[in-house]
Amino acid sequence: MIDSASLLAVLPELILTAGGLILLMVAAFGGDGTARIVNALSVLTLIVAGVALSSTIAHGPDAFDGLVRADAFSVYAKALIYAAAAVAILLAPRFFSTDSALRPEYPILILFAAIGMGMMVSAGDMLTLYVGLEMNSLASYVLASFMRQDGRSSEAGLKYFVLGSLASGILLYGISLLYGFTGSTAFDGIAVALGDGVGKGELFGLVFVLAGLAFKISAVPFHMWTPDVYEGAPTPVTTFFASAPKVAAMGLTVRVAIEALGPAGMDWQQIVIFVALASILFGAVAAIGQSNIKRLMAYSSINNVGFALIGLAAGTPAGVAATMSYMAIYVVMTIGAFACILQMRDADGKPVETIASLAGLSQSRKGLAAGFAIFMFSMAGIPPLFGFWAKFLVFDAAVASGLTALAAFGIAASVIGAFYYLKIIKTIYFDEPTGAYEAKGGAVENIVLTACAVVIVMGYLLNPLLDQASAAAAASLF
Amino acid sequence: MDGFPILSLMMAVPMAGAIACLFVGANSARWIALIATLVDFVLGMALWAQFDQSGSGAQWQFQEYAPIFGKFAWALGIDGIALMLIALTVFLMPICIGASWNAIEKRVGEYMAAFLFMEVLMIGVFTAQDLYLFYIMFEAGLIPMYLIIGIWGGADRIYASYKFFLYTLFGSVLMLIAMMWMVHEAGTTDIPVLMAYNFDPHIQTWLFLAFFASFAVKMPMWPVHTWLPDAHVQAPTAGSVILAGVLLKMGGYGFIRFSLPMFPEASAQLAPLVWGLSMVAVVYTSLVALVQSDMKKLIAYSSVAHMAIVTVGLFAFNQAGIEGAMMVMLGHGLVAGALFLCVGVIYDRLHTREIARYGGLSINMPRYAMLFLFFTMASVGLPGTSNFVGEFLSLMGIYQASSWVALICTTGIILGAAYMLYLYRRICYGEQVNADAAAMPDLSGREIWLLAPIAAVVLWMGVYPESFLKPMRPDIHALEARLAPAAPAGDSKIKMGAPKPAGEAHEGAHHEEAPAHGEAH
Repeated sequence: MIDSASLLAVLPELILTAGGLILLMVAAFGGDGTARIVNALSVLTLIVAGVALSSTIAHGPDAFDGLVRADAFSVYAKALIYAAAAVAILLAPRFFSTDSALRPEYPILILFAAIGMGMMVSAGDMLTLYVGLEMNSLASYVLASFMRQDGRSSEAGLKYFVLGSLASGILLYGISLLYGFTGSTAFDGIAVALGDGVGKGELFGLVFVLAGLAFKISAVPFHMWTPDVYEGAPTPVTTFFASAPKVAAMGLTVRVAIEALGPAGMDWQQIVIFVALASILFGAVAAIGQSNIKRLMAYSSINNVGFALIGLAAGTPAGVAATMSYMAIYVVMTIGAFACILQMRDADGKPVETIASLAGLSQSRKGLAAGFAIFMFSMAGIPPLFGFWAKFLVFDAAVASGLTALAAFGIAASVIGAFYYLKIIKTIYFDEPTGAYEAKGGAVENIVLTACAVVIVMGYLLNPLLDQASAAAAASLF
Repeated sequence: MDGFPILSLMMAVPMAGAIACLFVGANSARWIALIATLVDFVLGMALWAQFDQSGSGAQWQFQEYAPIFGKFAWALGIDGIALMLIALTVFLMPICIGASWNAIEKRVGEYMAAFLFMEVLMIGVFTAQDLYLFYIMFEAGLIPMYLIIGIWGGADRIYASYKFFLYTLFGSVLMLIAMMWMVHEAGTTDIPVLMAYNFDPHIQTWLFLAFFASFAVKMPMWPVHTWLPDAHVQAPTAGSVILAGVLLKMGGYGFIRFSLPMFPEASAQLAPLVWGLSMVAVVYTSLVALVQSDMKKLIAYSSVAHMAIVTVGLFAFNQAGIEGAMMVMLGHGLVAGALFLCVGVIYDRLHTREIARYGGLSINMPRYAMLFLFFTMASVGLPGTSNFVGEFLSLMGIYQASSWVALICTTGIILGAAYMLYLYRRICYGEQVNADAAAMPDLSGREIWLLAPIAAVVLWMGVYPESFLKPMRPDIHALEARLAPAAPAGDSKIKMGAPKPAGEAHEGAHHEEAPAHGEAH
């Protein structure tokens, strides 16, 4: 039965779908010349969808007989996703203009990915989850290989596709096992069935579902695709991958873990703890030797996912709230860092990606250097920058739920991570200049960079707001 | 001054200066920095003047509270101990700026901004009354110091900056976990409340060790002191001054504000560990200092030895020891800072820290030789200078707790005399073997203005320490009372005589100490 309340609960997705399809027609008949206008209209669509979010809660939490959830959690995650997606669209034109590769399909694909991500975070059923995940993934595969003439980009797309399909297979297998042993694909139904003890088959299903999800959040040991895809994809696409889909996948993981697998908490907690610690350690250690900044950011994202998972490992409302706060702060840091990376262009305007090319940047481009320093120190978790607060929250939640040893180990490992962030700052501030970068960055990049830097430096003033929003989001899952 | 947020203002002034420095040219940046630090100095003195020292007033004064950060608050307030350390900070800062006036030529604006930001954080550390606010201020200091060492440091600056950063970061993160545990246990982030909270003695040991990891590195204590000589040697002169003068005191402040009052049982239980490390530090680092050929390294090792006297004083669990530790911290802050300035003076002329490259400077630089001698003597602990008061009280305090520790730590004073006088002899006396060193001009007016105020305060502290002890006495007394139930029994078996006037009792204690000092000089 489709009723109007259900339709209103998915209003943002409807807006995005309609907007995306109309823009696709515009692009198909208008040709590549419409790229800029389609870009602007896509951002507008995302903004309208974001505004429409406020109307969804009133009609929730259950829509379409529980297939879709419209609660505080989905609103929180979608707000982040739409904002990150909009920024990813805004940052693109200047990058693609040098290769005259700016095509209207780029913003449209991001819109479709955003629909998928929205479905992921508001899924109330394994099938909605899978459809949303695939919708996002298919758009992402195309985006990764968006610069078709570029060998690395095509390779990234292919790798992402092959490994992504494998992960989807694993996930589907897990879902089928869970369905077989619990008799339901709905999260509530699974939770009820798990409530009377977790059988062997259910445990198998749970492990496979988590493995599939771990792939999507690129947590160790299912992270192998990340460095190659991040390095090969065009930088604006990498910006997108590192921000919005991360939030969506993490939101999805949290929702599945709490709503569907909640009664089996003791079983998945150890998996999450292992994955979190392995991601933190591996992300930190593997990043040390990198010479390509995008590859380094890939390991950094693996590392960050590990920290975010510590909040989930706590399994409490405070822990979930911490994970969501972590993702919010992480998105700001990552977008800011990529706004810096997008400005790494040599004197002819060609993008460069080596860390060595940053040497002595502080003497030629003070603002850009300061931006890099702020985001790197923040990612390293050094106060008074906001990145510290993200880590603080997850560790605080872990300590509160008695996982003190996990917190101590995780925070000690964060010192290893600090090393490679410091390496970038060292290159920028301590080394002698080598090659020159172009004299000025793009206006959009600078605005995004400044806005993110202000949030990262002054973020503590947002604490009451962030705490409240995250707590409300987390509360809606329990 | 009621309700006037003077502590916030003291942090806002250098913060505004730091931001301004980033956007102006080299010369304006110098003046902005100097004015900002001088304004802060005046505010600091006003703070001292307004501080109720009678002991009958509230322990925590100038309190501010604004719960604007969600899980923690902008809570400030000071007691006498914090007041003294703030006074030390605001006193040294203008001198640091003056010391960098000509020595720093590149990226002056960023340099001054880093220093002013450092000042904000140091004042923040000493005024924070919220556990998490303290941690943020404590950790944030890594950023400007990393940049100061790494950008304006010497040849091996990059290695030194990494070592400084990662060592201190690793020390601190475990403390954060302990803080979270404490906040969940006690249900508050308020430091004064936590200072009175009785944690389970078994847990205290773990909490103590976590805090110890941080403060021992910061202090620094043997064997985690190795970052300090590297950082000192590579840092620019003013960086060394602030590192030795104030940053090291954060470790001591941490012990006095957190470890001792919050975990008294664990402190007593682990005191032998602290004593043992301190004894090793006093003897070992003094011997290491004796064989250094680099002036800054020598003074850096001497700092480790002096800080060990601080730790034994703190873990003596009595009024004399803790007062002495505070006085050593203040005195060492001034004297080590001044010694680094003295090194900076000749480094600016000859651009080497190699001791052998100098010699006979008292001939061509008499004024310099005179001031350097004064600070050398102060560092040795000559009566009449600040360090004597502190070292004497610390050792007297530890003697009551353990006579063996007192015995071994007192050798530090003899060894201190050995390496400092040996250093002085090699630089200022003897033949003028190096022609370029013999041609160096004497102190300029600016340099005299940097060193003379420190000399005056060192003398003041040595002759009339009461000015500095009085504000701290009630707080130290409160701390002693807090520690009393847990304090370990002393082995010195002091027999209390009939009450006598304070002056005579002091005389009596002095005799026990006299032979050690006799050998030292």
